[in-house]
Amino acid sequence: MAMLRPRACSAETKYCPGCGHGIANRILAEVLEESGRDKRAIGAIGVGCSSLMPDTFDIDCVQAPHGRAAAVAVGLKRCRPDCAVFAYQGDGDALAIGLSETMWAAIRNERITVIFVNNGTFGMTGGQMAPTTLEGQKTSTTPMGRDAGATGRPLDIIKILRGLDIAYLARGSLSGSADIATAKKYLMSAFDAQDAGYGYSFVEMLSPCPTNWGMSPSDAMKHINGVVRQTYPTGEFLRGGGNE
Amino acid sequence: MKELMKGNEAFAEAAIRAGCRFFAGYPITPQSEVLEYLSRRMPEVGGVFIQSESELAGISMVYGAAAAGFRAMTSSSGPGYSLLQEGISYIASAELPCVVMDVMRYGSGLGDIFTGQSDYWQAVYNGGHGDYRTIVYAPSSVQEMADLTVMAFGKAEERRNPVTILSDASISQMMAPVELPAMACHDPDAPAWALKGKGNGHFKRHTSVMYYMNEYDGYVRAKYEKIEKEDQRWESLETEDAEIVLVAYGISSRICEEAMRSARAQGRRVGLIRPISLYPYPVNAFDGLAPRAFLSVEMSALGQMARDVALACGMRAPVYSMLGGTRLYSCSDVEARIGEILGAAHGAF
Repeated sequence: MAMLRPRACSAETKYCPGCGHGIANRILAEVLEESGRDKRAIGAIGVGCSSLMPDTFDIDCVQAPHGRAAAVAVGLKRCRPDCAVFAYQGDGDALAIGLSETMWAAIRNERITVIFVNNGTFGMTGGQMAPTTLEGQKTSTTPMGRDAGATGRPLDIIKILRGLDIAYLARGSLSGSADIATAKKYLMSAFDAQDAGYGYSFVEMLSPCPTNWGMSPSDAMKHINGVVRQTYPTGEFLRGGGNE
Repeated sequence: MKELMKGNEAFAEAAIRAGCRFFAGYPITPQSEVLEYLSRRMPEVGGVFIQSESELAGISMVYGAAAAGFRAMTSSSGPGYSLLQEGISYIASAELPCVVMDVMRYGSGLGDIFTGQSDYWQAVYNGGHGDYRTIVYAPSSVQEMADLTVMAFGKAEERRNPVTILSDASISQMMAPVELPAMACHDPDAPAWALKGKGNGHFKRHTSVMYYMNEYDGYVRAKYEKIEKEDQRWESLETEDAEIVLVAYGISSRICEEAMRSARAQGRRVGLIRPISLYPYPVNAFDGLAPRAFLSVEMSALGQMARDVALACGMRAPVYSMLGGTRLYSCSDVEARIGEILGAAHGAF
């Protein structure tokens, strides 16, 4: 079977071997091109590993300040309502420094799609603790493992966003071919919700970071399926014209 | 026909008439009239008004709007202006245009809401990180607020760089008759940098332009050298025969002008340089002047502008400061200071 690379994935990505970002970029490109949205898509790209994306992703985009991708996307979408506008962010970007921008774009039910790649760590800066780091997980700033008593429990943003009046909310996983196909469907549904004018859509993707997890790429995939999903269950949580 | 308006309202209406169709901002005294005015005015012209959750978000929204080709702006005052610096650096780095107003109040930290000029360093020498400058205009009247705002949008696009309107609580809060500019049209699809989706063409990305340049250092130097050479703006009043030249901008320049007129009426040869662009600093205004002294007058306790005066005049004459932070000076205070300086210079005055 011939595997056609999406046109937007114009060059080899710059991510580490086994990183989930390459998969996320690929299915995003497929969704945009299969729906013809690539011609009218604009992305606001987060800082960290996400910032490697514009070099190899041939879609109009803005490199946002750290944490502010949702706000940049709001500026784009309000000016260009007919464009398919997305923010692409990691966990440090969207949930630590940018939690305010993430929340307020959702609270205002802005017609943007936020793509949130959750690999439980600050990848680019060397694997420090992120809001999504699991309890007990060792990182370069939690050398004894994350202590929930001192740092709080892992942040499940879906639980928070579920209470808001938004259009679409889902969490997929990039840890196997069936899951990747499902995550791609979630992305398509999110852009459909945006185009229908329903409002804010948010798709989280559980993503492997073999480099900072100290695992082989295949072990990192197994770790998501066996461990990470216990803290972050996957599925569609909101769908349609608002909170149901 | 002139209209009676506050400085803040003149800024907002002039921006609308310059074709600005995007504003995102956060309330802060003494700037809040800008938000209030635009919350009703933007919808009338089909523009976007957003009361953002913070200044960090507001300037990021402006960044997105500017990338989309729209004339976009925000406004704030000291504490909020500090938060805008992050986005201003990104916008400058991506070479996109926008207009930002800082209505100065006095003080560091929370400070206070009375008038001041203590954000000079932050505005003129950048609160943000990296190698960039913002073009800074300082209005000294409500009319000039309107005129400079229109100019700021054009200049931001010409130079592809953020432009700051550095106002103060006095200029922004005073009411005066103002001749508003005619309504101009801005086509957001026209700028080469406008993002609207790649269509059938090549995609565009806005990020630090240094990533895609072979000779960035020389490029960015040349960019700002050109601005420094071509974009200086100032007003000189009676400087040619002056024994002492006052240097002041914004509200302080109005106090100084009155002091100068009063001193002239008493036979003292006093002149005034009023910088309108603070970056680039109007060094050309000092060419050929040979007074006995320069006196920099500003509402900051540390003398933020005074060293620019010293650089601009090449220290051909002593540079004195008249400073006001929590204690503000009046016209008679400035006159007294002029007397002191000239008295010291002559032995007696």
